[in-house]
Amino acid sequence: MTATLEAPIVVDVAAPAPARKRPTPGVVAAVAFLAVIAVAVAAPGLLAGADPLAADPMRALEAPSAAHWFGTDQLGRDVFTRVVHGARYSLSIGVASTLLSVVAGGLVGLVAGLAPRAVDEVLSRALDVLSAFPEVLLALLFIAFTEPGTPSLIMAIALAFAPRYGRMVRAQTLLVRRSGYVEQAVTFGLSRVRLVARHVLPNVLGPLPILATIGLGAAVVNAAALSFLGMGPQPPSPEWGAMLSESRNYLRVAWWAAILPGATLTLTVIALTAVGRRLQARFEGRH
Amino acid sequence: MLAAILKRLGSGAVVLWAAASAAYLALRLAPGDTIDTLVGDGPDTPVIRAQIAKDLGLDRPAVVQYADYLWRLLHGDFGRSYVLQRPVIDIIGSQIWPTVKLTLVASAFSVVIAVGLAVLTAGRARWLRGLVSGVELTVVSAPGFLIGILLLSVFSFRLGWFPVSGDRDVSALVLPALALALPIGGVLSQVIREGLERALDEPFAVTARSRGLTRLALVWRHALRHALLPAVTLAGTLIGFMLSAAVIVERVFGRPGLGEVATEAVSSKDIPVVLAVVMLAAAIYVALSLLADLAYLLIDPRLRKG
Repeated sequence: MTATLEAPIVVDVAAPAPARKRPTPGVVAAVAFLAVIAVAVAAPGLLAGADPLAADPMRALEAPSAAHWFGTDQLGRDVFTRVVHGARYSLSIGVASTLLSVVAGGLVGLVAGLAPRAVDEVLSRALDVLSAFPEVLLALLFIAFTEPGTPSLIMAIALAFAPRYGRMVRAQTLLVRRSGYVEQAVTFGLSRVRLVARHVLPNVLGPLPILATIGLGAAVVNAAALSFLGMGPQPPSPEWGAMLSESRNYLRVAWWAAILPGATLTLTVIALTAVGRRLQARFEGRH
Repeated sequence: MLAAILKRLGSGAVVLWAAASAAYLALRLAPGDTIDTLVGDGPDTPVIRAQIAKDLGLDRPAVVQYADYLWRLLHGDFGRSYVLQRPVIDIIGSQIWPTVKLTLVASAFSVVIAVGLAVLTAGRARWLRGLVSGVELTVVSAPGFLIGILLLSVFSFRLGWFPVSGDRDVSALVLPALALALPIGGVLSQVIREGLERALDEPFAVTARSRGLTRLALVWRHALRHALLPAVTLAGTLIGFMLSAAVIVERVFGRPGLGEVATEAVSSKDIPVVLAVVMLAAAIYVALSLLADLAYLLIDPRLRKG
């Protein structure tokens, strides 16, 4: 009995899977760049051995050179070293808040999708209300109510992004719930718990990692933006947004101290988006 | 049609009411109570505390306070700022104009950028479209503040064409509006181009071409109308993005405005001001998405029947 049920009964016939394409050079470059960023997060000392906080006022605001690849900032700190060490702050805030919002939003969406209509209605309305607040402002509101700092920043971004994952998961749950194979399983008399665990959950959760990869880019940008506003790790932490904010005032004489951390941030986000889109295309192609 | 409009109006009102109530709840449940914040470092006696409670109406039953809060909100009374000791509505009133100006000009820029790029590149050579979509992906991914800083460093510091900060004249508006408009224009032009290319494949496009219409005239007069439809559905998301990004762009360019008010208030824990700005943004978002939905009905007569 179970043997027949375990084989997924695909009722919705999708287009025939296209031949698997080789990754484009852009995607390869994106993966390579993310690998470098991953090293910077895990072991920044490997890429830049110096101390990111070591100031040398004699060498302040020096242009990029062989000795200082990204130049130096207003305190004579090496910008490249700070960018490498800052990856840990920016990325970990992004990853933590994405995980938190995927889990929290996903749970709400799953419950909304499975629960009776009245519960679904209440939860969906709650998600509507949260979505009515622009993301940065919702995050600012949360920070206003809490002690400023990294944990508060992570929770603020998670709160701002949770509604979108909630909506996606709810829609996906409804889709799965009404699909032919779940109807089939109900006809076979599968218990509710088993039905959810065996058939609904795997099909709902499948696309989540991909959505999270694409969402991670947005979370990283928002983390940096809020740090730029002074709501994140405080100076002298080499967080990318905070670095931009500190160097903004020296833009006239030293563009590199603001623009190179910003460019690294942008490349990271582009790479995450490119990889996420590629994963999504593959995932949808297989169906 | 009327029923559809009324239904959307109703759900917009429900969302705003729920947002206001959530804000009220947050205010009540927030750690550190209002009286503590107001007493601050000043003299702290039970008499003073009782006086503050009485002044603010905190000694009344919770339901009455809640009803009173909603009533005042309806009349635009957001309470008093803890820090500046002025009515919140005055603070917002004095700072709202620069933000409105910025977002309006930015909206105009982004529509021009999006339509221009899409019309010029739809159905053109692969390399050109590839190049333009690469640029679009970059501006969409780049954080608003980086675009702002790049524009500042090139056009203000290097070339000296625009002022570095402030809001003195029209020229001070160009760069901030551009910084806001570029990412939005990037998203919009992708959507519009896709729509244009779909429309150009339709039979009516072939008919029009065979009648001797030039490509540009076909795109401009016929295809664009079809292509703008999906763009209108995106309006809600883009408005939300614009309101968020405006806060940051104002900061980059040192412009006065609601963004500045909000960040200052968050730093000094001036909760009534933060709440007011956030609720105002939510109200604007709800109202404008409502308008976008209605515009959709107006633009596409096919939807009115449903």
